[in-house]
Amino acid sequence: MHQTRPSVTLRKIREWCIERVIFLCGITSIVIVVLIFLFLLKEGLAVFRHVGLLQFLLGKSWYPISDPPQFGVLPLVIGSVLVTLGAAAISVPLGVASALYIAEIAPRRIKEILKAGIELLAAIPSVVIGFIGMVTLGPVIKSVFHLSTGLTALTGSITLAFMAMPTIVSIAEDAITAVPRQYREAAAAMGATQWQTTWRIVAYAARPGMLAAVMLGLGRVIGETMAVMMVTGNAALIPHSILQPVRTLTATIAAEMGETVQGGDHYAALFAIGIVLFVITFAINGIADLYLHRTTRG
Amino acid sequence: MPTHITVKGLSLYYRDNCVLKNLTLDIERNEIFTIIGPANSGKSSFLQTLNRLNDLHAGFRKTGSVTLDGDDIDGIEVETLRARVGIVFALPFPLPMSIFDNITYGPRMHGERQKKVLADLVEQSLREAYLWDEVKDRLHQPAMQLSGGQQQRLCIARVLAGQPEVILFDEPTSGLDPISTARVEETMLILRDRYTIVLVTNNVAQAARVGSRTAFFLMGELVEVGETKNVFTRPTDSRTDEYVTGKFG
Repeated sequence: MHQTRPSVTLRKIREWCIERVIFLCGITSIVIVVLIFLFLLKEGLAVFRHVGLLQFLLGKSWYPISDPPQFGVLPLVIGSVLVTLGAAAISVPLGVASALYIAEIAPRRIKEILKAGIELLAAIPSVVIGFIGMVTLGPVIKSVFHLSTGLTALTGSITLAFMAMPTIVSIAEDAITAVPRQYREAAAAMGATQWQTTWRIVAYAARPGMLAAVMLGLGRVIGETMAVMMVTGNAALIPHSILQPVRTLTATIAAEMGETVQGGDHYAALFAIGIVLFVITFAINGIADLYLHRTTRG
Repeated sequence: MPTHITVKGLSLYYRDNCVLKNLTLDIERNEIFTIIGPANSGKSSFLQTLNRLNDLHAGFRKTGSVTLDGDDIDGIEVETLRARVGIVFALPFPLPMSIFDNITYGPRMHGERQKKVLADLVEQSLREAYLWDEVKDRLHQPAMQLSGGQQQRLCIARVLAGQPEVILFDEPTSGLDPISTARVEETMLILRDRYTIVLVTNNVAQAARVGSRTAFFLMGELVEVGETKNVFTRPTDSRTDEYVTGKFG
């Protein structure tokens, strides 16, 4: 008599197949990241046949189509850093404060409305935010500071601050809500006022999560392309103040990729910029991860 | 002994649910006043009324009065009241920082800045809580690394650093092993000389060991209150007798 159940061997094979398939799904994202990085290296490292590494990183001029071309990314790096720092200066205090308000102070109904609003803000496409920044914020900046153009690093910072906000607020809010109730009670029992409890105990305990929130928010800012290209004026010069036009790393790639010859020096230089960006965002995400997974112990 | 806390006609409610009915009693200075009773008898709610921690719960309200040294506790600024009436919870909950910082947290919050004063306070409080010898060499390590019993004594030291008059203990040893429990009980007996102590406990034997006077709560009502040894040996109410001898609860 034959059994109707699948034999032991058959079941073992099935288990093995399922395991492999799940393993493949899990490993895919890592493989893709590695492949992207290898591709960037392959395409980008070619530029160093003509330019030294230091010359590339610290060169003050980015003239990719002059003769001979100059590939100095310093103005672009400074542009990215300036816009990012400006965005951080605006979005971090605002984001952390609103996370504290939502998590600790707001009554339930206002809380729900605010959370929905912030999620909606995250859903606005960056080109729309860039467009609004260009046609409304630009002219305001121009007239307030009496500038010849309103498309400056500051305009970019303000625009990007609103793109970093949703990330910062929602992750920081989660971190604050996760602080154990007993800390609040202990603080109250020691005679802390609500503000002292919120600021010194809850915010203190949620510190790692809030730092991760900030890092992830800034990671989004530094990688943002479309909005920043529309509002920063795109002049690849080292700026002397935040009120001058700048060009970021991302905008440079997006703006120039269409004009390059595949395999040419300019093409390789843009990929090298990609490597720089990759390293920066990788570092930011790494730091955020480190803090996110650190327990609240001591 | 003079009266320290006077409770008159106190009833406690969560929304429409009455958890304590018309309680009247006095707590004397420098005694260990223990409260025993089964779950849901209103013991912890009563305790948390004494420093108004109940106010943090939505839907809580009370009628009747509680006075501390003759002053109505609703007339005292709540942060001041909570500094005067410290509380130790059932589960030790050190803040996520060093041992030293845990203890100086309250004082620093109330404006104390001088390093010398703070360091003295840490030593004094830790000695009073019988923890000093065990932690004096690692004051700047995270408090979370201490054992459960040490954490609970750290929480006691933290309360002491606030220089309270009254210390409330809310089932302080329910999460501890017998040896740690014994140390916490010793600590309470010594603290009695300088503080008024109110102890809520599920452990009847503990009340017998450390109590000066004992009250028996049942379903939100005070059944009996008196000298601890009388409550345990010659209770006037049969329900008390049944509870302390372990027939129910």
